[in-house]
Amino acid sequence: MLKALKLEPEKCTGCLQCEMACSYENTGAFNPARSRIKVFTFHEEGRFAPYTCTQCEEAWCMHACPVEAIVVDMATGAKNVLEDVCVGCKVCTIACPFGTVNYEQATGKVMKCDLCGGDPWCAKACPTGAITYVPADDTGMERMRAWAHQAPQGPASTNQPREKQVNVYMAGQQGSH
Amino acid sequence: MAWTGKVLRVNLSRGTAESEALNMQWASDYLGQRGLASKYLYEEIDPAIDALSPDNKLIMTTGPLTGTMASTGGRYSVVCKSPLTGAIACSNSGGFIGAEIKAAGWDMIIFEGKADAPVYLWLENETAELRSAKDLWGKTVWEADEMLHRMHQDPQIRIACVGRSAEAGNLYAAVVNDLHRAAGRSGVGTVMASKNLKAVVVRGTRGVGNIKDPMRFLQATEEGKKVLQESAVTGQGLPTYGTQVLMNVINEMGALPTRNMREVQFEGAHKISGEAMHEPREGDGRPNLTTNAACFACTIACGRISTVYKGHFTVENKPQYWGNSGGLEYEAAWALGTDTGVDDLDALTYVNFLCNEDGFDPISYGATVAAAMELFEMGVITTKDTGGIELKFGSAEALVAVTELTCRGEGFGKVLGLGSKRLCEKYGHPDLSMTVKGQEFPAYDPRGIQGMGLAYATSNRGACHLRGYTVASEVLGIPEKTDPLVSEGKPELVKAFQDATAAVDSSGLCVFTTFAWTLDDIAPQIDAACDGDWSSDKLLEVGERIWNLERDFNLRAGLTGKDDTLPKRLRKDAANVGPAKGLVNDLENMLPKYYEIRGWTPEGELTPETRQRFGI
Repeated sequence: MLKALKLEPEKCTGCLQCEMACSYENTGAFNPARSRIKVFTFHEEGRFAPYTCTQCEEAWCMHACPVEAIVVDMATGAKNVLEDVCVGCKVCTIACPFGTVNYEQATGKVMKCDLCGGDPWCAKACPTGAITYVPADDTGMERMRAWAHQAPQGPASTNQPREKQVNVYMAGQQGSH
Repeated sequence: MAWTGKVLRVNLSRGTAESEALNMQWASDYLGQRGLASKYLYEEIDPAIDALSPDNKLIMTTGPLTGTMASTGGRYSVVCKSPLTGAIACSNSGGFIGAEIKAAGWDMIIFEGKADAPVYLWLENETAELRSAKDLWGKTVWEADEMLHRMHQDPQIRIACVGRSAEAGNLYAAVVNDLHRAAGRSGVGTVMASKNLKAVVVRGTRGVGNIKDPMRFLQATEEGKKVLQESAVTGQGLPTYGTQVLMNVINEMGALPTRNMREVQFEGAHKISGEAMHEPREGDGRPNLTTNAACFACTIACGRISTVYKGHFTVENKPQYWGNSGGLEYEAAWALGTDTGVDDLDALTYVNFLCNEDGFDPISYGATVAAAMELFEMGVITTKDTGGIELKFGSAEALVAVTELTCRGEGFGKVLGLGSKRLCEKYGHPDLSMTVKGQEFPAYDPRGIQGMGLAYATSNRGACHLRGYTVASEVLGIPEKTDPLVSEGKPELVKAFQDATAAVDSSGLCVFTTFAWTLDDIAPQIDAACDGDWSSDKLLEVGERIWNLERDFNLRAGLTGKDDTLPKRLRKDAANVGPAKGLVNDLENMLPKYYEIRGWTPEGELTPETRQRFGI
């Protein structure tokens, strides 16, 4: 069964353990600057949100690549960059609607999440469970459950707390995907 | 390795920035960060100089584990001679800039001399440039941060900056990084501003890759994280309530210094506690606290992110303060609140915002306001002095009014910027200054927590809770419980905490880990990362060496054993209520024993044997 990274911004504290784990796995150094997952801080709103490639089924980056340097890992569903083939033209970085493929000056190639071959280090490093690696079909299950929990239970339920809960939920949702 | 092996030496007088090799012998003897930078300062300046002269140096320093995956491995320190105390200053901060300096390839940055006109340092990996800060001078930390981000067009730069208070000569100004983390104590920001250095702007993309034994390091740090996760303090208490978890606890044990330390319990403590920050407030029904937040690499995440209610008198019509920013930590809530008798949570949060925005230590500031309030109550300070402000204990309005003046160093704010000692001397009541070596007390009353009295009196940077936090043992039972009301056995306890803390402060890790970690948890992480053998015993030896070096710096600066004392109030006026009722601090019986186990003379000087033992 395919698995996917599930990101829950409302659990993120902004510690960057995921960025260090990712960069260490991929470059051999603790180096957030070269991480393929990024944590964004929204200071005014007091929110943190991790963000990385969703591994689109019909991946724009893969289709856009003129030299077929981006290929599907059939075991994980990840779209992987073949560094030997990549010519650093950056067309994929334009094609990706989410911005999760990026050029790296250090290598002259592009880099993106490859799910660490099915054992993503970011998820292992996250201390709060904001990043988990779950069956791809189930990433929405907990959210569905949260909505279900808010469903009116009958005439006794009031509108006010319900609206409030929905707002809280929507705020948490914005940084995810 | 874990050290980058590189020091950036910036001479502000000449406008140069040069790379030099780190002294690896010193790294072996002093580890990094606090210890190593103190060694550089000790060797490079005459401790007797004027702290605000160009002869002083300012060192921004990381530890070997800064910038790594070790939990809390993001700390850095700012080290110089303090203008507040005349002693060595070493202020530690989290946030993200320490790791950024390390990722840029530097263990430390040494600033020398003084620039002719305001400058800032732009550091991008190997490239270091001094640039004009003409337009930044006169701006708050928050304004300057925004301007620098706009100028550099890079959201990923990290910034450490001084505010208007530092520029105006406030003696306890901080170096603020990442908007609301600070190297807060002892006036390190004042020294930075005295050099015409407004900010340090860093982008590091090299990372930290030279770990001695990477697999063992990952394993050791993973085990460390588990210990933090499983501890009730670091796994639950701190993430949920922050350091503010202590407000009600310390109040109940009658060790919460109140109204300039006249009293030991505060009737309003529960209104400004960590618990209160979670409660919906009047006005908008939201809690003061929005979320907790982590510094770089921290798996505890004790940081507070808060708002002030838009309709609160402090921020009404000031939309720039309606967003989230760094909320109240225990020390700030205590100093700004308990010590001044103010129990308005949102007012304290706003004042805390201002301390961050204009860069001054909320502990020293709150304690100085408290002293001024006592003098106002006595009629020694009047509205003539304050410019019409009724500076009464408990008045949130007065606190806010004088804070806004202190931000700019204007009017009575200029006087408050002198700190409690100079303020009380100016008005003829030096006994009312609650300070040691000129630095204000933090939030633990040494009548109700006896060991802290000795820790304060002997701290190498003046009164400070972070140099020997015996509260852990005396209150929380970590690593084992001792009776807070008893002075017996405390000299040994204080020494043990001081030495261990000096080592932790030199590693790049946060001292809050020691609520769960002992040196036995820390040593394997350092040992896997760093060249050499790093056992717990070696760390204790390094810690003790650092303590003696700092002490010797202070003695050479002109301090003596006579400065290892407490204000009369804490030695003569017994606690009036609570478990410590009837007690004063028993410093006079603890101090001689402490000198003895330190290997110092009865006058508090290092004996020749001690010097030889530590190579000082």
